[in-house]
Amino acid sequence: MEIDPFIFRLSIFILSIFIGYYVVWSVTPSLHTPLMSVTNAISSVIIVGAIIAGLAGDSNSIFNTSSIFGFLAISLAAVNIFGGFLVTQRMLAMYKKKKKEK
Amino acid sequence: MISANLSAIFYLISGVLFILALRGLSSPETSRQGNFFGILGMIIAITVTFLSIGNFSSGFIYVLIFLLIGGLIGAFIAYKIPMTAMPELVAGFHSLVGLAAVFVAISAFLNPVAFNLGTPGNIKLGSLIEMSIGAAVGAITFSGSIIAFLKLQGIMSGSPITFKGQHPLNALILISIIILTYLLCSTQSSNLFWILLAVSFLIGFLLIIPIGGADMPVVISMLNSYSGWAAAGIGFTLENTALIITGALVGSSGAILSYIMCKGMNRSFFNVILGGFGATEQSASSANKEQKPVKSGNAEDAAFLMKNASSVIIVPGYGMAVAQAQHALREMVDTLKKNNIKVSYAIHPVAGRMPGHMNVLLAEANVPYDEVFELEEINNDFANADVAFVIGANDVTNPVAKTDPQSPIYGMPVLDVEKCKSVLFVKRSLSPGYAGIDNDLFYKDNTLMLFADAKKMTEEITKNLD
Repeated sequence: MEIDPFIFRLSIFILSIFIGYYVVWSVTPSLHTPLMSVTNAISSVIIVGAIIAGLAGDSNSIFNTSSIFGFLAISLAAVNIFGGFLVTQRMLAMYKKKKKEK
Repeated sequence: MISANLSAIFYLISGVLFILALRGLSSPETSRQGNFFGILGMIIAITVTFLSIGNFSSGFIYVLIFLLIGGLIGAFIAYKIPMTAMPELVAGFHSLVGLAAVFVAISAFLNPVAFNLGTPGNIKLGSLIEMSIGAAVGAITFSGSIIAFLKLQGIMSGSPITFKGQHPLNALILISIIILTYLLCSTQSSNLFWILLAVSFLIGFLLIIPIGGADMPVVISMLNSYSGWAAAGIGFTLENTALIITGALVGSSGAILSYIMCKGMNRSFFNVILGGFGATEQSASSANKEQKPVKSGNAEDAAFLMKNASSVIIVPGYGMAVAQAQHALREMVDTLKKNNIKVSYAIHPVAGRMPGHMNVLLAEANVPYDEVFELEEINNDFANADVAFVIGANDVTNPVAKTDPQSPIYGMPVLDVEKCKSVLFVKRSLSPGYAGIDNDLFYKDNTLMLFADAKKMTEEITKNLD
């Protein structure tokens, strides 16, 4: 009997939760705000689903109900991707070490 | 057009890059590189999606247009937003992830052929379950984040909104979501799909309204977690590894942050979620304590105390963010340092409105991060410090948490500010903090209250130091 591919995806999912658990505990508390903004940005990888949805219409009708929702989702996710990464970049650029005095 | 296997490998690579992005945040030095990995992972994921569809017809142009519109808006916001507004921004962004998840789920439900999930009315059972979960969690994330955003922005009152029968109602709605999902999967009815979405939007709204302003760190972290689970649900539907990995990462990240925040308040997760904290016990203790003597001073007194100190610990809180006092504070510290006074900053885990809020504001004001310490790192130093300068913090310094088992904040880890030789407490008035209880620190012999706006007071102290 073959294993359902769903099981493989579930394995990836469960193992990723554990990776997330250990990686996030090692994040220094002073960077918790950038952590939130960057997780925000990466969770917008949901845009791949939106792109598939947006391109699903055929050449005669680019816009149907399904693809319109896809296009809207593309814009929403794009706000997050650009906004999330850029604001993280902006924050991280501010974290500086003490300058050697004297 | 590239093969499904090859694109799956690229999605895996982008998933790994996302893990590295989070890994980079373990220290500020590696964090910028980590962010770069994240961006790279995103570029790979998007490019591979285009290549695997291989449809570069007119629809492609529209994809780029919508991508660009969103991207420009996002970039504009990221560039313009003041650092003090970071909690609102993050809440707003969470709502977008949630809504995007809902839209993708709707799209997949209406046109399952495009996603290889079967035909309308006959969607594969597993996919339909995953889709419903993704859509429901996405909808909860969306409406919950909107409420959190409104509360943080001050458009909606930060105080908890409670009504009779709230918890039974919420429980009923949550159960109905499960039943609806079950019915949807057995009947494939599109009406049920829309009802499921509507009910999920409603519960997201109802879950967040009873939670008060200062509990927002927990709420934001929790919604962060939800947005991850929503993404993972959609990832299962689309059989996309990058999305599954990312969803799991974000989901556990948010969950850990919520846990850290709850621990910082010594409250259970459920206690926070059920809400209504600090709404009721306001009046009980304040009436008789108001009579106690309080020493208050002005900027001159404060400057005198600090000038004669050899070490000063600064305790910032949400009030500093409200008054935008971080730059003025750093100028004051610069002057202190010129006089050879050792200065460090003590940050309580729940100071501010989101995890790490204070650290970002101090970083913005050019405070080097190696002068900023967490509660456990610095708490023992208060006993040896000469002056503690409390600016905009309140409950997190209240010694009652250690002494009075009756107090609602008893057991909460607090900064041992009262052990300093003297305490300078900048505050507008004697009003109690979020927990609705009086701060014993106000009435200690070694406390000098400085009644003023945090920014103005700090500027005045700096003038007097010269």
